Amino acid sequence: MPYTIEVEGLRKRFGNATVLDGVDLQVQAGEVFALLGPNGAGKTTTVRILTTLLAPDGGTARVAGHHVVREPNAVRAAISLTAQEAAVDGMLTGAENLRMMARLRGAPKGIADDLLERFDLVEAAGRRVESYSGGMRRRLDLAMSLVQRPQVLFLDEPTTGLDPRSRRAVWDAVTTLADEGVTVLLTTQYLEEADRLAQRIAVIDGGRVIEQGTAAELKARIASEVLELHFADRSQRIPVNGPDDVRRALEAHPDAERIELHQPSLDDVFLAVTR
Amino acid sequence: MTASLTFVGRSLRHSVRSIDALLTAVLLPVAILLMFVYVFGGAIDAGGRYVDYVVPGIIVLCAGFGSASTAVAVAVDMTTGVIDRFRTLPIPSGAVLTGHVTASVARNVVSTSLVIAVALIAGFRPEVDPARWLAAAALLLALMVAISWMAAAFGLLAKTIEGANAITFVAAFAPYVSSAFVPAESMPAGLRWVAEHQPVTPIADSVRALTMGTPVGDELWIAFAWCAAGIVVGRAAAAYLFRQN
Repeated sequence: MPYTIEVEGLRKRFGNATVLDGVDLQVQAGEVFALLGPNGAGKTTTVRILTTLLAPDGGTARVAGHHVVREPNAVRAAISLTAQEAAVDGMLTGAENLRMMARLRGAPKGIADDLLERFDLVEAAGRRVESYSGGMRRRLDLAMSLVQRPQVLFLDEPTTGLDPRSRRAVWDAVTTLADEGVTVLLTTQYLEEADRLAQRIAVIDGGRVIEQGTAAELKARIASEVLELHFADRSQRIPVNGPDDVRRALEAHPDAERIELHQPSLDDVFLAVTR
Repeated sequence: MTASLTFVGRSLRHSVRSIDALLTAVLLPVAILLMFVYVFGGAIDAGGRYVDYVVPGIIVLCAGFGSASTAVAVAVDMTTGVIDRFRTLPIPSGAVLTGHVTASVARNVVSTSLVIAVALIAGFRPEVDPARWLAAAALLLALMVAISWMAAAFGLLAKTIEGANAITFVAAFAPYVSSAFVPAESMPAGLRWVAEHQPVTPIADSVRALTMGTPVGDELWIAFAWCAAGIVVGRAAAAYLFRQN
């Protein structure tokens, strides 16, 4: 079955620094896929290549069936990008930003009002965006990506730096889009976000995909449980498989004051696979 | 086409809303005009009435200076995330630059008209000949388009807003070492050579000859050639840099 996003051996260098060292990804139609990794892992570079903003040095990438280097306009017609930095025009009002995008996308004008409503920006519609809060900018940014429903939506760290309320608004929007059949590729440093939104997750570090699967698969892959040891001044989490591991861990840490047994979280996966 | 028009509208809105930039673009040329006519004018002997000599120079300065602000506008775009949104749209690349350049020319037409209006009040008495005025207007328009494209390219090259501002100084000072304000013959040998070979001189001389009704020679074609070269080079450089960025 053809994938909506298909990436093979993607490579990119900036000067002497290898940023992508052979990234492989397959994202199915209608799926929410999370690219999870620390700062500098290559998440943004991957997104920039997939959205035609950057040419790769090697490897191939197809989005919505089109080659990102050879058919950039066909890719652009199928995608929308919400980048890390809110891509809004501060000198225009919220409504003007949306109307501008509608004209550029050839979408009906009325869509601007619908989106203002949907993203709770009706009151701020006539104000210049430079006066918006970070959360409002982000909501407008997302709305601007949706003047025409994209086949694939790229979200590069959509909730970094947002307050909990705005974060929830972004999450709700992603869930709604996924229900409507939009394929979403999002990057995040937040495991909770990946766990909550994505059907499948790729952990990326040092320019390579080091783990890929559903949240449950990734968690199961490191251990069946995680033992949390609490000391007087700190705590430590150790992946364990069965009572023998627990016994060994306790013998190695006789000063532990209290213990808990958890299901592995994505944090455990993240710490176990990234170095 | 729709994309370019949309961006023209956007850039025009920006122009009207950046009050400080607008005041600089409109008031500074008028202030310079008044300064040259009333402060320096009495002491400068350019042969004939100085106001008639200097106004064409001020108009050229104003066109150059105003167009240079395009560099800053482009640099602002490139340093904010909004450009990535435009680049991921299925529209001709560079439509956003067309918007900046068109708005820049529109701004300059307004400020140049204002300078001419003030100049007329200050005693500027040009020859009334529609054909010559039309030729002068065409030359000024070509100059505005050329400097705007060069400035757009510079704004793409500059990386920072402060860097982009530098071209404003070049555009603001180049006219002083030309025949715009004083005849080139009055300068020391080195400067005179520069003044006689840089583009501002044939452009200022042509506008002066066209408005004052004196004979127009080869300098008009040289002036147009400089503008055409500026448009071609500036536009090609801007398109190249926009793709590279």
